Amino acid sequence: MTTPDISAPRRGFRLPYTLRLEQRTKVSGWLPIVTSIGAVIVALIIGAIILWAAGGNPIRSYRHIVQAAFGNVGVFNDTLVKASPLIFTGLACAIAFRMRLWNIGAEGQLYLGAWGASAIVLLPILPETTPGWIMIPAMMLAGFTAGALWGLIPGYLKAKLNVNEIITTLMLNYIAVSWNNYWIFSHWSESGFQMSPTFSKNAWLPRLADFAKQVPFFSGLTLHLGIVFALAAVVIVWLILYRSRWGYEIRLIGDNPNAAKYAGIRIVRTTVLVMMLSGGLAGLAGMTEISGVVHRFQEQISADFGFTGIIIAWLAKLNPFAVVLVSILFGGLILAGREIQPAGIPLMLQGIILFSIISSEMLVRYRVTIRRQEA
Amino acid sequence: MNLITILQAGVATGTVLFFATLGELFTERAGVLNLGVEGMMLLGAMSGFSIAVSTGDPWLGLLIAMLAGGVLSLFHAVVTITFRADQVVSGLSLTFLGTGLSLVLGEGLSDASIQALLPAFDIPVLSAIPVIGPIFFVDQSIMTYLAYLLIPLAWFYINRTRPGLHLRAVGEYPAAADALGVNVFRLRYLYVIVGGMLCGLAGASLSLAISPGWFSEKTTSGLGWIAIGLVIFAQWDPIRASLGSFLFGGLRRLILDLQGPQRLLFFANPFFYQPHLGFFLQMVPYAFTIVVLVIGSREALRKRLGTPAALGLPYIRGERGA
Repeated sequence: MTTPDISAPRRGFRLPYTLRLEQRTKVSGWLPIVTSIGAVIVALIIGAIILWAAGGNPIRSYRHIVQAAFGNVGVFNDTLVKASPLIFTGLACAIAFRMRLWNIGAEGQLYLGAWGASAIVLLPILPETTPGWIMIPAMMLAGFTAGALWGLIPGYLKAKLNVNEIITTLMLNYIAVSWNNYWIFSHWSESGFQMSPTFSKNAWLPRLADFAKQVPFFSGLTLHLGIVFALAAVVIVWLILYRSRWGYEIRLIGDNPNAAKYAGIRIVRTTVLVMMLSGGLAGLAGMTEISGVVHRFQEQISADFGFTGIIIAWLAKLNPFAVVLVSILFGGLILAGREIQPAGIPLMLQGIILFSIISSEMLVRYRVTIRRQEA
Repeated sequence: MNLITILQAGVATGTVLFFATLGELFTERAGVLNLGVEGMMLLGAMSGFSIAVSTGDPWLGLLIAMLAGGVLSLFHAVVTITFRADQVVSGLSLTFLGTGLSLVLGEGLSDASIQALLPAFDIPVLSAIPVIGPIFFVDQSIMTYLAYLLIPLAWFYINRTRPGLHLRAVGEYPAAADALGVNVFRLRYLYVIVGGMLCGLAGASLSLAISPGWFSEKTTSGLGWIAIGLVIFAQWDPIRASLGSFLFGGLRRLILDLQGPQRLLFFANPFFYQPHLGFFLQMVPYAFTIVVLVIGSREALRKRLGTPAALGLPYIRGERGA
């Protein structure tokens, strides 16, 4: 259908041109991909202009980002280590967003996941001598559960009382950080330091470097089993969303909540369960960071992984497999961002990229024509 | 611990919250949800402080901060009103963009010291009223007094004037407003920008008056998000918004000050002797926001009023309106 022009003011000044948006009746398969890539390129150019205007050297900054993230096997290993939690949080956001549930609390759910996994070792729930094949699954279960419970609160409030989930998930982020800090500074503090003692080896996820004896190439590589779990989660989320009845219901609620209601789908139950699954996935990001990277409970376990997950999900158009690719790119951005000054550059770039992506979606949905206005 | 001093400081913090809440209230009344409050506040705080440091003129800083907030919100207006993009995602990107931009442009600013701040003074006569006087009218910043003025003005504007009627119409039933000759697109642009300018003002009143300085993203520490929650609690009414803001400001101050003294009333202060319990105190404002939201949402559900009907929906002329 066509819609009339939207930018022509009827009174006051007139632009000599009008912008017309016509809804496309069919969208060819390559168009979304081309516009997405185009949008990222445009975003990088805008970012470069801002950097240049702020007195920086954009070409050097960008080259630095690429080299620091993908320059050699060592840094690419580090990029993949950063990508693992991003895949989890990206999936967490993607599945919630698919139902138009705005879970922006993946950060807090990640923190709770890290807490839950640590509780197994530090409370302790399992004795220190537990073999790894019991310890690791127990930590994963605890991390998933803790994250899911942190998603249950906003999910229940949204489903039952129609409380805006954006604000509640965000507020729970702040609460989660304080909750973790309480444990770091009190019960789990190692002789007054702001961190727990290092876990014993049976609570560590295996890393590539552990197999350096068999494969010399792996020596020094810190990539851990968490990325395998993350990839497994990608397949599971895809199967749920596109190959299960429940996933069909999720997508239907997202596309047309009224139709879903009349079709007899239990929206309250699905809302709560999707928020729990979303929180659980983010919780696993916290678990793999604790068990695969830092090996103890501490502050600053997340480089804004939860918030970056929002952008990743959107950039991947909520497609679980695309989440992997985008996560690797953003893993590189975060890795490089730690060295690059000023520190706000990655955050700013993320904002610009997201903006230009949602602007470009208009080009996919509508055909834009510019006409010269008569008289 | 003097309760009057705490409440006095609470009113100051509440001022910042009020400006941001009022800005978001105007934007949402026009039917546009802008989640970028935190980003616009940070950009306002940074640019206002930066200008005041380099020129020595806090008023110029305040002006630039409002401009910066307005310009940033213009991105949101273009993307959501003209391009019809999702308002939630656009608002989130605005937060990222504003935060990142103010970190990039505010690099090194945290070491800067400032000579001239916005003035603070007593109001004659009113300051002599017992209890109320010292809390609201003694040694408050000029921004706080500006907030007092804005409360009735905003209420009157929205509920009793013609432009206010147009504003409400655009947010409630844009198709009808359009049919009556109200330019929906132009008004939505206007109120998104007004909202952005008020958020910039909120940021600058923080960095130039209430707690002077630039402390990177810790300058606002979530105040912008609390403001968005307060709009719902206030049910889009400026007077309720001011009550919520000052209540919250007081709560935030109280929590900071609870950890100071050795004795609390007649008991040993647990937060003094076990400082890590303070982390639970830090959760209180955020938990309270959730409680306030639950109350606000229940009321809105029961009365079926409050939320502008077209909030979050793009207006497409010729399609059936909400």
